[in-house]
This record gives sequence, C-alpha cells and structure tokens, in this order.
Amino acid sequence: MNSTLKRAALACMVMFGLLMININYLQVVRADDLKQNSLDRRNFFARYEVERGLITAGNTVLAESKDTGDSETRFKRVYPKGEIYAPVTGFFAPENTSDIERETNDLLDGSSPDLVIRRGIDLVTGKTTKGANVEVTINPKAQEAAYKALGASGKKGALVAIDPRSGAILAMVSIPTYDPNLFAPADKAAVNKAYAKLEKDKDQPLVNRAIARTYPPGSTFKVVTMAAYLESDDSLGPQSQVDAPQVLDLPNTTADLPNYGGAACGAGRVTLSFSLEKSCNTPFGKIGIDLGYETMKEQAAKFGIGPDLEPLRIPMGVSPSSIGPEEDKAALAQASIGQRSNQMTPLQMAMVAAGIANDGVVMKPYLVKRVTDAEGTEIQGEDREELSTAMSPESAAKLQEMMVNVVELGTAGAAKIPGVKVGGKTGTAETAEGRAPHAWFISFAPADDPQIAVALIVESGSAGDDASGGQTAAPIAKSVMEAVLNK
Amino acid sequence: MSAPTVSTPSAEPVALPAKRRMAQLVMLAFAVLIVMAAYAAVGLGIDGKIPSGMLTYGLGLGGFMLAAYLVLARFAPWADPLILPLVTLINGLGLVMIYRLEVGAGGEGGASATNQLLWTAVGVVVFAVTLIVLRDHRALQRLTYTAGALGLLLLISPLIPFIGQEINGARIWIGAGGFTLQPAELAKLALIIFFAGYLVAKRDVLALAGRRLLFIDLPRARDLGPILITWGLSLGVLILQKDLGSSLLIFGTFIAMLYIATQRTSWVLIGILLFAGGTIVASSIFSHVAARVEVFLNPEDPALYYRELGGSAQLLEGLFGMSQGGVLGTGLGQGHPGLIPLAFSDFIFAAIGEELGLTGLMALLMIYGLLVERGLRTALAARDPFSKLLAGGLSFILAWQVFIIVGGVTNLIPLTGLVTPFMSQGGSALLANWILIALLVRMSDAARKPPPQAIQDEGLTQVFQR
Repeated sequence: MNSTLKRAALACMVMFGLLMININYLQVVRADDLKQNSLDRRNFFARYEVERGLITAGNTVLAESKDTGDSETRFKRVYPKGEIYAPVTGFFAPENTSDIERETNDLLDGSSPDLVIRRGIDLVTGKTTKGANVEVTINPKAQEAAYKALGASGKKGALVAIDPRSGAILAMVSIPTYDPNLFAPADKAAVNKAYAKLEKDKDQPLVNRAIARTYPPGSTFKVVTMAAYLESDDSLGPQSQVDAPQVLDLPNTTADLPNYGGAACGAGRVTLSFSLEKSCNTPFGKIGIDLGYETMKEQAAKFGIGPDLEPLRIPMGVSPSSIGPEEDKAALAQASIGQRSNQMTPLQMAMVAAGIANDGVVMKPYLVKRVTDAEGTEIQGEDREELSTAMSPESAAKLQEMMVNVVELGTAGAAKIPGVKVGGKTGTAETAEGRAPHAWFISFAPADDPQIAVALIVESGSAGDDASGGQTAAPIAKSVMEAVLNK
Repeated sequence: MSAPTVSTPSAEPVALPAKRRMAQLVMLAFAVLIVMAAYAAVGLGIDGKIPSGMLTYGLGLGGFMLAAYLVLARFAPWADPLILPLVTLINGLGLVMIYRLEVGAGGEGGASATNQLLWTAVGVVVFAVTLIVLRDHRALQRLTYTAGALGLLLLISPLIPFIGQEINGARIWIGAGGFTLQPAELAKLALIIFFAGYLVAKRDVLALAGRRLLFIDLPRARDLGPILITWGLSLGVLILQKDLGSSLLIFGTFIAMLYIATQRTSWVLIGILLFAGGTIVASSIFSHVAARVEVFLNPEDPALYYRELGGSAQLLEGLFGMSQGGVLGTGLGQGHPGLIPLAFSDFIFAAIGEELGLTGLMALLMIYGLLVERGLRTALAARDPFSKLLAGGLSFILAWQVFIIVGGVTNLIPLTGLVTPFMSQGGSALLANWILIALLVRMSDAARKPPPQAIQDEGLTQVFQR
C-alpha cells in the first residue's frame, strides 16, 4: 500500500501547492484590483485610520486630525476656521478631496514615496506612521482681513494676494464659500447630501473663484496694454503724449468706443500717465489697434496669459486666462481695455500686478511653503521659480510710477495708505446690457520695495448697481495690504 | 553501576529510535509562546495595551497542552513529537483570531473566545481519554460495521424531526435546548474507520477482479456496490441537508482510500465521474448549488454582492480582507476582519489573511501541510494494512478539508461550507478533530515503537519487553 500512500501524499502536496500559489496570486497580484473595488468598505475606513498631517499657515492651524476614539473611523478632520480658508485647504470627504487636501494627499496621509524613510523608521521603532505636515504660504492676517472686507455686506467675489518677489500666495479668498467641516464626518450619505445641496446652490459656493473662474478684467487690463506700448518704444514715458478723443471710431463698424460714462478725457491729447489715472478708454483702444493682435497676445503671454500656455498649477490647476481670439480691429480695441472675450482669473490679474511690481519678472505663484514629516524633518522646501519676464526693468519702473499716480491722483484714491507708496489700477467691467458691472482692483505696495500684490473682483450685482473699481474694490485691497505691511 | 564483565552480543540492545519527548515539550512551549505573543499583539493593536486575558488564555492553553503532553508521554511515548505542537499552534491561533473578532465586535456577532477555549479543553480531555482507553487501535477494525452504522446514523440525524435543526440554510445540526452539535464532523471519523475496515477486508476482490478496457482496468459491475452506496449517501447529504462541503469531503476521502487500498486508478476516475455527474444534475435542480458556482465565477459582480440569498458578499468581503492584508498583513487588531460575515467560523482563514497577510497564511498552510505529512508518514511506517489505511484516510481527510474550505475562501474552487480544522469556532468540529489527532498519535506510537526485543538469549520461553 505504500506506493499508493506515496501517491496520495503527492496529491496532498499538490493541493497545498495549489492553495499556496493561489494565495500568492490573490494577495499580491489580484489584490491591486480588489483594493480598488468600491464595494470594499475598508477603503472608506482606511481614510480615517491615518492621522493626517496638519495644514498650517504660519502658526495658524488650518486643518488637523482629531482622534475621536472610534475604533473604525478614528481620526476626523477638523478645520478651525473652515470657511475662511476653504479655497486653500479644500475638504477631505469620505469619497473625495479637493485643493491642498487633494494635491498633497499622499504627503498628508503619509503614503508618498518621499516619506519612505520615515515609514521605515516608524516600522522599526513600532510607531504608527503619521502623515506629513503641509505649511502653506498664506499670511493669516491678510487672509482674514480679505475675508472680512470682501465678505462684508453680502458681496461676492474673489481676492488673491501674492508676494511679488517670490510668487508666494499670501491670501486667496472666494466668496461665497463653504465650510469644509460639513464634509469631514465619516458618513457617506450625510456628506453626499450636504455636498449635493451646496452644488445646487446658485451662488456656487464650492467654486474657487480665485482660480477656477474667469471674468472680463475691464480697465485693470489697461496695464497690460500699457506694458506692451512701453515695450514697443524705449523713448515712451509717463509724460509722453497720446491721442485721447472723446469717442474712438472703431474701423469697419457702426459702433464707437466711448470713454467711461461718455466723458471727455482731457483735451484730446493727454499724457500716458493721465490716461491711466483717469482710465480713459479711447487711448488704450487705439494703442491696441496700433500694436496689433500678435503684439498684444505676446505681451499677455509674458504675464502668463493664454490658453495655449502650459496650464499653471499652484498646486491646484488654474483655469487659463485669455485675451480672446483674433477678430477684427474693433474687437481688438475692446480687448485692449479688458472687454469683449478678454477673460482673466483673479489670480492672473494678481500675477500681472506682481510682475509689474517685481520690475517685470513674473514669479510662478505657489501655495506650498514647506512639507515636514511628523518629526519635523523637512521633506520639501519652498520652490521659487521665475515664470517669465514680462517687461524690461525700465518699462516696469515707468509703469509702476504711473500706477502710483493712479492711486495718488486718479481713480484709486481709496487705496491710499499713509506713508506707503501704493500702485494700483481700478477696473469696472461691463457684463451685459443693463446689468451691474464687476468691480476690479489690482495693486501693489510699497512701490519702491514691493511686498504684496493684490487683485480682487467684486462680482456684478453683489455691491449695488453703481459699483466701481475705485469705490467698491480699492478699499478692500487697502485693508489686505495694511494687514501684510503691519499698518 | 559497574560494566558487565561478560558481554554477549545477542543481549546488546538494538539502537532504538529516539522518543524525542524533550524536543516535543520545547516545541509545545514554543507554540504556546507564539499564541501568547499573538494575544498581546491583538491587545496592542486594538487599544494599545496588553489584554488582561493574555495570561488567562495563554496559561489556560498551556495548561491543557501540558496535560495532553503528559498523557501522551505516559500512554503513547513513541508518538511523533511534532503532531501535538503543530495542533496546539493551529488551535491557539484560531483562539486568538476568535478573541480578536469578539473584542472587535464588542462581544456581539457570535464570536466567543471563552466558548472556544472551553471546547478546546473538552477536546483535550477527549484526546486524553481516547489515548488512555484505546491502547491498541486495531481494536477498531473489529468495530468496522458498528462504525459504519454509527456514521450513517450521525450523518442522517439532522433529518430526524425534533432533534434536527436548520441553521443558515443548511440542515446539518442536531440540538436540544440551546445546545447544538454538527454531527457530520463526528460522522466523518466513524465513516473513515468503516472505510478502512471494509476496504482492508475487500480490497483483494476490488483490486483484482475486472477486465482491461483500453488502458484502464475496469472493475466488475457487482463490485461497484460500495462506491455507489457511498455516492448515494453523499448525494443524499448534498440534497437533503444542502451540505455541499460534507458531501464532497466524505466522497473524496472514500475515493482516496479506495485508491490507496486497491491501487486502481479506475476507481478514482469512476468516482470523479460519478461526483461530477451528481453535482451537475444537482446544480440544475437545486438553485443553491448553481448559485455557488455563479458566485465562484463572478465574485465581484455587484448584483451578486447585493443578492440576499446565495450572494457573493461573504466571499468578496473575505477577498477584500486578504487583499488589504497583502504580503505582511495589517497586523493583529488593525484590520477590519469584522466586515467578513462569519469570520470566526467558515471564513477564519480570510480573517487571518487580512491581519497576518500572505506571510501568515503561508506559515499556516505550512503548519497544516506538516501535520498532514506527519500523518502520512505514520501511515507509511504502520505495520498492518488497517493502520496504514486508517492513518492514510485520516491524514487525507485533513488535507482535503483544508483544501476544500481554504480553496473556497480564496476563490480557487467554488465555496462550500466547511470548518477550517482546529481554527473555526465550533465545538463538534474541535472535538472530532482532537479525536482524529488522538488516533493518529496512537497509530504513530504503534508504528514508531521498536519491535519487541528478546531480553534473554536462550531457552524456549522468551520474555518480551514491551
């Protein structure tokens, strides 16, 4: 019987062999697919098992994980000032994440390859791995001042502040906003319900207006047109004379381009600085036509504008801005004063202001300042990068001077800060016939040593029908600049 | 003691095989230590401290095993030294996992480590009693037909009104009051004793009579009786009790023993054909068999996952658990094995796979494999056909049962409900398997014991040392 017993033993060996091969296949190969299966509740629990890292701005905690003691969904995300920082932090929901929570997710939850050494040490010392902490470039004082000023009296809009020297984003506000704490509970049904409600809200609180929406920039765009003009001829300066008719006859159309409110602009011939101070339309329409579409488009591209450029990430993706397609001269004249199909994100206009302030060099905007692991070791440092050179330092200096004049002598008196040279440009962008305009303001300060550049928009209709860049938007920028400059 | 002055070659003792009792004791202690460490890991994983029950459970298990060891050392001193430590480790890891599931579920959901520990104690007692009472396992050969009748009775007992109970869709339980028993587990032992006794008696006729057709020796039609009866029996289990697992277990073991006894491959082929035919017919008539196959083929189909009766939820949750475990596992107390329905019984293997990973499962299969190997080695070393067949059958059924349940849980074959030997929560199975181990130990003792030695070298009357 021994020969058959040995064959039976062989059969047993084959059975165990098959089982072993199968579990290897199951737990190593097939596991990758199975782990993605949405039926698996473990994926849901796993999100709440890790102590995610902090998101901080300076010493202010924007997002942290609190131990609830629950055995299955242990850590809950908490946003102490959720609504103010929502456009930066984003949210961490059972099935979704957004903004910084999404873009740095693998660092926050500790799964990034950059943290492999930390995980190795934790494995040996028996510590539970915590996620890395992400410090953002936001200046809490600026952010909170912006939120307060922009959110006052039911306004809607967005504000972006940049450090012109580095590109660090100091403030990014979008209003109306949402509370990311609403999406933090480990309860899919409740969170999905809350999300669906906000998604249906006609004010679109979930949209980050600062980077995900474009608006006609109105007169704030005139600084780009001016930059192109100054770059076209070195001899031009703030005191150069330019034609400023009351109405610019647009070629090949019956329409004309008037000044704001149909007013006259000086005596038909004014200085460049004056045209910017008073925000005359006709000189800029003419300059645009004279320079031509290509020149305007190239200048815009040097500021980072253009759908055909590499999409900007801060690290969130930014909607591309555009001066619009090439049409006829009438369209070009309107695009040159920030109308027609000229569409800019508030961030893009902040980059324009920052580029001018930084002597023509546009720095790439960014939000992540530093990433450190749970023990404080730095994993990622600040990543300053020049995006492009928009103009020569000489042209930039001339434009800075004119923008300072706008604040001191022109339409933006409301942005004056005692003892500080502020440069700025207002914009009052028409939206549609009979509807209130968008109120824009871009600015930087101090002009001789720029530390902050701000762009903001107050959306059409949210600040009354007679909203204007100078009256509505400029004071908000002023309060943000004061917060950063400690005035 | 002074050396004898005169040495006679014939009186010099033959070199004895080592008993290796010390090695066995050390390995036993090692197994208990592993189990205690696992308890500690569960506590640390769940709430960061060593559970207070660690010493109770650990010393309890250690105490039972020490008792089992002492009985073994006294009544079966030559037995294989590996068998008891291997079983201790498997049984202990099962206890740990059940404890972990009980704690994880907050005491709800049916997992009860205390019950399982009590049943382990009962198992050890039965193990000891078997060894003490059954001094010579060949006595079982005389009980061949009694065992057969007993096995049959146990197998059909769940169908008897009043004492039979249907739980979770299978009528495989008998019970009175709150106490239930799964008689199929005990029936399998009785049936193996019957098969061994019967086949030893009839193997010549089953092996030799018949004619050759093509390459296969076909048996005579009238010799097909036993295989047809067993086939009918297992189909009966399948149909009347909806117990696919036991049906496959019993029939497969019978075929294996038939092959071992007769050396005829044709029996295996006939057996496979019969079972396949029976299953195909059954699956076309009975929806639960077809559902198992459907689930086996498409476990990830959401429609099957949400199907209430005969759905894939349990299998898929187990697969999810093992996937999450990956190579190293989540660590004891740190996964979610509580999401797997019946993780403490049929799906304990998946729960282990989640928390101990591929590494843990490979180790576990190795331990099972070693246990089977020790059993088969006993069969090879046994000195009479009945012992060979009995030891072979018991070893094979262990391997076969592990294959059926683990293969089912890991989606290698369609899932049929069976307990994972020594691990799944359940008294009857634990009891039956401890008896199985006692029988193997008894036979291993007999096989390894040196043959009687003459202690005097002359004269007509010889005195034997036993």
